[in-house]
Amino acid sequence: MTAPQADPRREKRREIRTYAIGYALALALTGGAFAAVHWPRFPARTTLGLVFGLALVQMIVHLRCFLHVSLRRSSRDDLLLILFSTLIIILMVAGTIVIIANLHGRMM
Amino acid sequence: MTDGIWPALLGRFTWNALAFVRAWQNPTVNEIIGAGAAMMVVLGAASVITLITVTGKWGYLWREWLTSLDHKKIGVMYVVLAFVMLARALAEAVLMRMQQAAAVNAPGFVEPDHFAQLFSTHGSIMIFFMAMPFLTGIINYVTPLQIGARDVAFPLLNSISLWLTGGAAGLMMVSLVIGRFSTGGWTGYPPYTELAFSPDVGPDYWISAVTLGSIASTLSGLNFAVTIYKLRCPGMTLMRMPLFCWTTLCTSILMIFAMPPLTVATALLALDRYLGFHFFTNDLGGNMMNYANLFWLFGHPEVYILILPAFGAYSEVVSTFSSKELYGYTSLVLATMAIAVLSFTVWVHHFFAMGQSANLNAVFGIATMTIGVPTGVKIYDWIWTMFRGEVRFTVPMLYSLAFMMTFVLGGFTGILLAFPPLDYLVHNTLFLVAHFHNMLIPGLLYGMLAATHYWFPKAFGFRLNEKWGRIAFGCWVFGFYLAFMPLYVLGAGGAARRSQAFFEPAFRPWLYVAGVGALILLAALTALFVQLWVSIRERDANRVFAGDPWDGRGLEWSTSAPPPEYNYAVIPVVDGRDPFYDGKRDGDGYAVPAGYEDIAVPRNSMVGPATGILGAGLAFGLVWYIWWLAVLCLAGIVATVIARSFIRDVERIVPAADVARIEDRWHHAIAAARPISRHHETTPANQGLAEVTA
Repeated sequence: MTAPQADPRREKRREIRTYAIGYALALALTGGAFAAVHWPRFPARTTLGLVFGLALVQMIVHLRCFLHVSLRRSSRDDLLLILFSTLIIILMVAGTIVIIANLHGRMM
Repeated sequence: MTDGIWPALLGRFTWNALAFVRAWQNPTVNEIIGAGAAMMVVLGAASVITLITVTGKWGYLWREWLTSLDHKKIGVMYVVLAFVMLARALAEAVLMRMQQAAAVNAPGFVEPDHFAQLFSTHGSIMIFFMAMPFLTGIINYVTPLQIGARDVAFPLLNSISLWLTGGAAGLMMVSLVIGRFSTGGWTGYPPYTELAFSPDVGPDYWISAVTLGSIASTLSGLNFAVTIYKLRCPGMTLMRMPLFCWTTLCTSILMIFAMPPLTVATALLALDRYLGFHFFTNDLGGNMMNYANLFWLFGHPEVYILILPAFGAYSEVVSTFSSKELYGYTSLVLATMAIAVLSFTVWVHHFFAMGQSANLNAVFGIATMTIGVPTGVKIYDWIWTMFRGEVRFTVPMLYSLAFMMTFVLGGFTGILLAFPPLDYLVHNTLFLVAHFHNMLIPGLLYGMLAATHYWFPKAFGFRLNEKWGRIAFGCWVFGFYLAFMPLYVLGAGGAARRSQAFFEPAFRPWLYVAGVGALILLAALTALFVQLWVSIRERDANRVFAGDPWDGRGLEWSTSAPPPEYNYAVIPVVDGRDPFYDGKRDGDGYAVPAGYEDIAVPRNSMVGPATGILGAGLAFGLVWYIWWLAVLCLAGIVATVIARSFIRDVERIVPAADVARIEDRWHHAIAAARPISRHHETTPANQGLAEVTA
């Protein structure tokens, strides 16, 4: 439906390449997280942040390479939905934590 | 299970659980009212079943309605369910008002425990089994037509949602006859609803019914969102969708994100009650604040789930009956989206008084006040749409006008309640009750009634009676003001909500006025049923088969009334916001296509009814600890899903010849119909063809 269609063979090769890149990146990011824990170079807190950061990057890799959500016009709707979902979930989770922590603080 | 066969078979059921037996053993007015209500349920069900059997309509009903996957029929069934539940919940409201009016320094006739069941069922039914089915039904009917689609994205899922909702509503009805309902209010706050304080079946009924309903709503939300994202006809960009579709989209997104917290909250409460967990108990680390948090994470977006579809309906109605393009379309879309996002940032205002710090309350209070801004934008947009338009005061338009004025009043009291210090004074009083009824009656009920009057001719092919519509409208508005304005006074004077009796004689006159108001609201519902009866009797004089009784603007008016099961013989292509209105002006509103093709429509399926009935059976088994029934029904649901996956032949083909025949009949009717001007649209001259002026 989008841009003038390339011939299906090239299209398929391109797709396989995206998957391969995604797989390699996912592998590297996962490995990196495990490595950071197994060969600790930084204090525990930094390591924890590092693992979280790697997980976030991994999510973006999954979306980009496996679910084909990019900045292109054709996937703009999907991208907006994902961003919206992220916003709502952050609001709900962060709000809950703040509320419960606040009550906890006052109960102490 | 050492103590005999009966507990194993019937769980904790005893004969005392039956309302009739209770009334027989202890014939007080209170018990007789309970038995009378149970009798109404039993007689109502029995008479419906007898009527269908005598007229031999079971086969017709099963084939044409109950197993149908047609979004239009599912929508109609949702609305029927909503009206049945509305009748019950409104009757309960009247009973409560009568009791309060009679119980100033007197015991009245309804005992406290029974009164608590009344307000719990009234609230639960009005939200989950009146409002939600009503708006889901209207969305179901209208949205696919408006976006030029032949059905929703997942027709079978649609049927399953309907039947789960129906099963849950049935459970509410059963609770009148067998056992008792929760006394914990529609919010079911623990620790009161925990086993320690409410060991009876009541809260279990509430948990089961609400859980089934919330799952059904989540599924509906997913269905509508996918439908709008994937099934819009060519040319229908998001910014060309009718505003009702926008509100549907936002409501669906809210459903997707807001219903799961409710399902989780009720599930955790169920774990507490059934398996001895301690999520919300007083002891052993339970935290009931988290229940309030989860419940209102659902509860606040829920308010907007209820109100947004009504906003959409008002937008359509005001634009059509002013014969003007909707003013400020973009701002309305932005306001709708803004409301959807903001609705997730304000939930703490439902429990300001529960013990968090003043700073936290202040943040949420300010967030609450900001919601007034996009809502205000909408009100101005509707006013500007009417400005210099050819405004006709039809019934839907009257509801829209009553909504605008009443809703703004309710909004003001909402801004008052958004101040945490002020909320401390009036929370848990009738002031709050007045406020939310002041939002939901205009913001949901009037909207859905406007939508029903507006789209009824499309759905059934004839207009509703105008006179009885006006009588009903007058009663709804007049009754509302009489019933709820006194509650502001009472609440500000300190009258606690959910009170079975009062001890302050000064309350008496206000309670009397509110009681009269409740009776007028009951008359309003009666007038609606009379209107339906009269309209059906006079249907032949008011047919609008050509399909466009109001000089409509959107695609839904460009088919016959009622539309064929496939909606559109040829999928329309649109190039603007009011495609049909512009099409009529350009002369190609009713273009006859060169030829027709076979059309695939979803085949009927009994998966929906099976899931709903088995779901209700599962819930009933859980409520009464009848474990064999619960296990059997659960296995039945799994088996149904597996069996369905083996059915490959899920579509039925409507041959091109049949399509041609149906479409030709309609095109002939258009050719024969006399176009009418807007002055005659509420007269029998209206055959569904609009006179096109410039």
